[in-house]
Amino acid sequence: MPEIKITPLGAGQDVGRSCILLSMGGKNIMLDCGMHMGYNDERRFPDFSYIVPEGPITSQIDCVIISHFHLDHCGALPYMSEMVGYTGPIYMTHPTKAIAPILLEDMRKVAVERKGESNFFTSQMIKDCIKKVTAVTLHQSVMVDNELEIKAYYAGHVLGAAMFWIRVGSQSVVYTGDYNMTPDRHLGAAWIDKCRPDLLISESTYATTIRDSKRCRERDFLKKVHECVEKGGKVLIPVFALGRAQELCILLETYWERMNLKYPVYFALGLTEKANNYYKMFITWTNQKIRKTFVQRNMFDFKHIKPFDKSYIDNPGAMVVFATPGMLHAGLSLNIFKKWAPYEQNMLIMPGFCVQGTVGHKILNGAKKIEFENRQVVEVKMAVEYMSFSAHADAKGIMQLIQYCEPKNVLLVHGEAQKMEFLKDKIEKEFKISCYMPANGETAIINTPTKIPIDVSLRLLKAEAVRYNAQPPDPKRRRVVHGVLCVKDNRLSFLDIDEMCDEIGINRHIIRFTSTVRFDDAGSAIKTAEKLKTLLAEKLQGWSITISDGNISVESVLIKVEGEDDNTKSIYVSWTNQDEDLGSYILGLLQSMVQ
Amino acid sequence: MKLYCLSSDAAKPCFVLSFKELLIMLDCGLSAHSVLNFLPLPPVPSTRLASLPNYTPPHVNDPLLEGELKECCGRVFVDSVPEFCPPLDKVVDFSQLDVILISNYTCMMALPFITEDTGFKGQVYATEPTLQIGRFYLEELSEWVSGSGGGAGAAKRWKELVHLLPPPLASALRPRAWRRLFSPAALARALSRVRVVGYDERVDIYGALDATAVSSGFCLGSANWVLRSAHEKVAYVSGSSTLTTHPRPINQAALRGADLLVLAALTQTPAHNPDHMLGDLCVHATVTLRAAGSVLCPVYPSGVLYDLLECLSAHLEGAGLAHVPLYVVSPVADSSLAYSNILAEWVSVGKQARVYLPEEPFPHAALVRAGRLKHARSLHDDAFSADFRQPCVVFCGHPSLRFGAAVHLVELWANNPAHAIIFTEPDFPHAEALAPFQPLSMKAFHCPIDTSLNYSQANKLVRELRPRELALPEQYAAAAGGGGGGARPHIGADVPTVVVRRGAARSLGVRRRAARATLCGSLAARASPRELRAGLRAAPLTAALRVRDARLELVSPAACGAPGADPAPAPVLHWSALDVEALVRALAREGVSEARVEAGADGCIVHLPRHDTLLHVERHATHVFCEGRADVRQALRRALAACLPHI
Repeated sequence: MPEIKITPLGAGQDVGRSCILLSMGGKNIMLDCGMHMGYNDERRFPDFSYIVPEGPITSQIDCVIISHFHLDHCGALPYMSEMVGYTGPIYMTHPTKAIAPILLEDMRKVAVERKGESNFFTSQMIKDCIKKVTAVTLHQSVMVDNELEIKAYYAGHVLGAAMFWIRVGSQSVVYTGDYNMTPDRHLGAAWIDKCRPDLLISESTYATTIRDSKRCRERDFLKKVHECVEKGGKVLIPVFALGRAQELCILLETYWERMNLKYPVYFALGLTEKANNYYKMFITWTNQKIRKTFVQRNMFDFKHIKPFDKSYIDNPGAMVVFATPGMLHAGLSLNIFKKWAPYEQNMLIMPGFCVQGTVGHKILNGAKKIEFENRQVVEVKMAVEYMSFSAHADAKGIMQLIQYCEPKNVLLVHGEAQKMEFLKDKIEKEFKISCYMPANGETAIINTPTKIPIDVSLRLLKAEAVRYNAQPPDPKRRRVVHGVLCVKDNRLSFLDIDEMCDEIGINRHIIRFTSTVRFDDAGSAIKTAEKLKTLLAEKLQGWSITISDGNISVESVLIKVEGEDDNTKSIYVSWTNQDEDLGSYILGLLQSMVQ
Repeated sequence: MKLYCLSSDAAKPCFVLSFKELLIMLDCGLSAHSVLNFLPLPPVPSTRLASLPNYTPPHVNDPLLEGELKECCGRVFVDSVPEFCPPLDKVVDFSQLDVILISNYTCMMALPFITEDTGFKGQVYATEPTLQIGRFYLEELSEWVSGSGGGAGAAKRWKELVHLLPPPLASALRPRAWRRLFSPAALARALSRVRVVGYDERVDIYGALDATAVSSGFCLGSANWVLRSAHEKVAYVSGSSTLTTHPRPINQAALRGADLLVLAALTQTPAHNPDHMLGDLCVHATVTLRAAGSVLCPVYPSGVLYDLLECLSAHLEGAGLAHVPLYVVSPVADSSLAYSNILAEWVSVGKQARVYLPEEPFPHAALVRAGRLKHARSLHDDAFSADFRQPCVVFCGHPSLRFGAAVHLVELWANNPAHAIIFTEPDFPHAEALAPFQPLSMKAFHCPIDTSLNYSQANKLVRELRPRELALPEQYAAAAGGGGGGARPHIGADVPTVVVRRGAARSLGVRRRAARATLCGSLAARASPRELRAGLRAAPLTAALRVRDARLELVSPAACGAPGADPAPAPVLHWSALDVEALVRALAREGVSEARVEAGADGCIVHLPRHDTLLHVERHATHVFCEGRADVRQALRRALAACLPHI
């Protein structure tokens, strides 16, 4: 039985550092190549030595597929292509290809320039790596080589996020990356057709959440911001330039418009304006509503949100500021934080994850005093809120996706083990299919049915169709085809006997048997034949029996009656060698009828 | 496989391919040449056009014809809402169509005629830009034709008297088949049927075929269609370009080695090089603007317009005329300009690289921001009127000069020799377009820009693609008889070529012999093929056929599990001639002895008197007359099997 083997190098019963090895039909595919934001040592990157302890990695991997631009899905890509030395094909969608290098560069700066790490990839390496990427569009079927085909589906999680369907021969796998089954403020819902893969590899971040409470979180966020600015406080929201930032901007923009608020909202200049431009260019990847209205008003042309200038830090009165970077480890967001932290009326909202060692991480852990390099100590009196806005499918969404694409097996990654266990049970009970959840470094093996492509002769099929259609319709009736299986140059065909003879240039030798039964019966031969036909029809129900000119045929067995009137008749029964069973049965039947 | 041709205009093709019990429509182009026979519909009432004298053919006194025909500039025009020439509807029943594949937005304008009120139940496929830009074209057309009064009813009577009318009206092709444009509601319904596909996306057509749209390089989202089953491949090449312009370049590899290549929508102006024409246009525009004249370009709201804006703005800047405003006037101008800049995945590599910066792929967004390019829904928009400055360049429709803003501007500027009109769209002969506006003092230039394949490019393409068979509209084939008009450019290929004309149905050479199925592993394992000769093995096989979504599966008959009679045993095949001596020996081994062999005319007879059995042995057949017991027959079968090669 052919197998599909899956080994997560990351994201096996874990979130972060997504990297899954898939091998089927002699092809090895790497799904995502992420880094772990929680580690600073070699655990940050997937363990590529698992693939091949030494030597070139390119010959071991047929292609790398990146599902979206989040660093836990693409962060290790420059490391793999420029430092480990992978030179094979890399696939991602156009928006991912446009945005990923910006995030990688951001991350690199943090790691190298702030934390002083060495042995990290350089800016040039990021550029070189992205140059090697092949961009794909949705639903485009890409032939990686003669046997390996991939196709992207919309996943909704972030701009340009995609699920990938991968096929080798008759085996197919769908890898979801991160996805979201409910449309949000700027993106649509994930969609896939009924592609019936052998295996669905699904993320399971919210495996136990039955209803995504995103709306509540949004309301909560808006309420807190509103309360704070109403009291004259300043709200600082550290963000990374892309992704969450745009969603929060849309959120605030629409709220400000609806509530007719006049408090200034600022967005730190530089990258962010450029980032909004990406969203404008790739508006076809956003949701229906934004796409429909973009001619009149581009959602990413913000009316209420203005560019920020450093001098505004000391402005009096309420304001909301989005500033980079998102983990408060450096730059503008840190500067603003230092100024605003000591005042109670102010507020800090952290909309995403913070790596250990950053100021953001300390504050989220409740630190009330932060000491900086130059011995400067900042007291944190401002309110601190953590809010997660990531868009993942909940348990209902995951079940929905399974229903959509009807996989034969499911494998869960990108989630916590306990939650996965719960979902695994649910999937196995509800869909009666096997579900796997390998840990990092563990291999799951899935057996798939053998299916061999074969060319069936149309003559054979047409003959069968004529027989089938002649009978009263019955969807349960099985359709049987007889013929010759022919193997030539490793290609299979299923032929009619005559075609087969033509094909290989042989002369068929037909063997026919004829036996005689003597029968005393008055009347003409034709009458006797009709009598026989009635008798046979009683005995052989379900068989096609026809009569013409005194010749009876039961399927392909011929019966002929001869003899003068009022005399003994000779009944000839004749059949070909392959009809021996039926022929001898009818012969026996006639013989017993005569006695 | 059969091919039906429903359009007489090779540039606005409409074919139907019947294959594997499917009816597949390839494009549905709307021929608009007919509108040239109608009077222009000015968006602003024109006293000149309203006061034209009636025309009555000599010796005809038909009161029903009253007011249907007008004389203008020495020619006769029909005074009515303009009519179009949709694809022929008598040859193929549109309700039986399974699928419509659209190659680009210039070839889909007849869609509502085919899908609405005809009982059509199939699917329509097009790329996203084709749908969106096609929508702009259709909405613009619909708004102009219906928006400009429409007070004049549909003139019908003249169609009965065509033979009495002066040319060119007398030579109008099948005016009775002309139809008025669809209603906006029908248009919206038709467009809502379109399913969007991407390039290289495999669309499953009822399990029988895969249809794939591949880039054709002609305009945004333009596609050639490749229809593929396991054994057959048909390529439909319509509106393709090998030139480098703004869209994604043509994908030739996907078209190679087809069993059938259908070629349509080549260039309409084979004598004009589009690059030179673009250069000429810039020069004419500059000269006119320098002389304080304005330039009118009657264009469609998308397509070459983007290239014109890009080139002309750069050229004017170089010529020190950057202050000259460019206007685009169309009900869909804003959408068209905005939309083109979000189609990053459909533009050329050069334009795509700009998106990664990120900048708009087309420069017209920057021109709009800089105030050099302005767009308006119509000429009488308040904002537009207030802003309008001359000299200027105005891009507006319709290229036929029968409706739309262009009609008004020509009326307005016709008497001023300083102004110029430059025709770029190849769909209409410019002299005929201008006929109702004579005498004309403004300059008229003809710079047709049609980036579609010309004949030498198409011939080269056909040579490279190596199809097994080629199908062409008659316009592209060599002139019949070889003589006639001399060396008309045509497509000549050394492959069997089928020429189709409007209303024709032609059988094609593609013959199907086999269908693809999947064989289940257990069944394959049980069949133990015998080697017949080197590289060829065979085994008898009885399989249950499972058909699901038109996909065939061969499974083990037992696994099928349905009750009923047992399947007949697998056929056993014997071949070659029988060696009678060997048979006698084999019979002896089976215990059937005393065989007497008599040579006959064309074979021999083996007599087994003890068993009351006779064998007629011929070269290709053995007939056994067996009156003995069944065990004798079994022995005979074994003996025969031993003497004949079989499976």
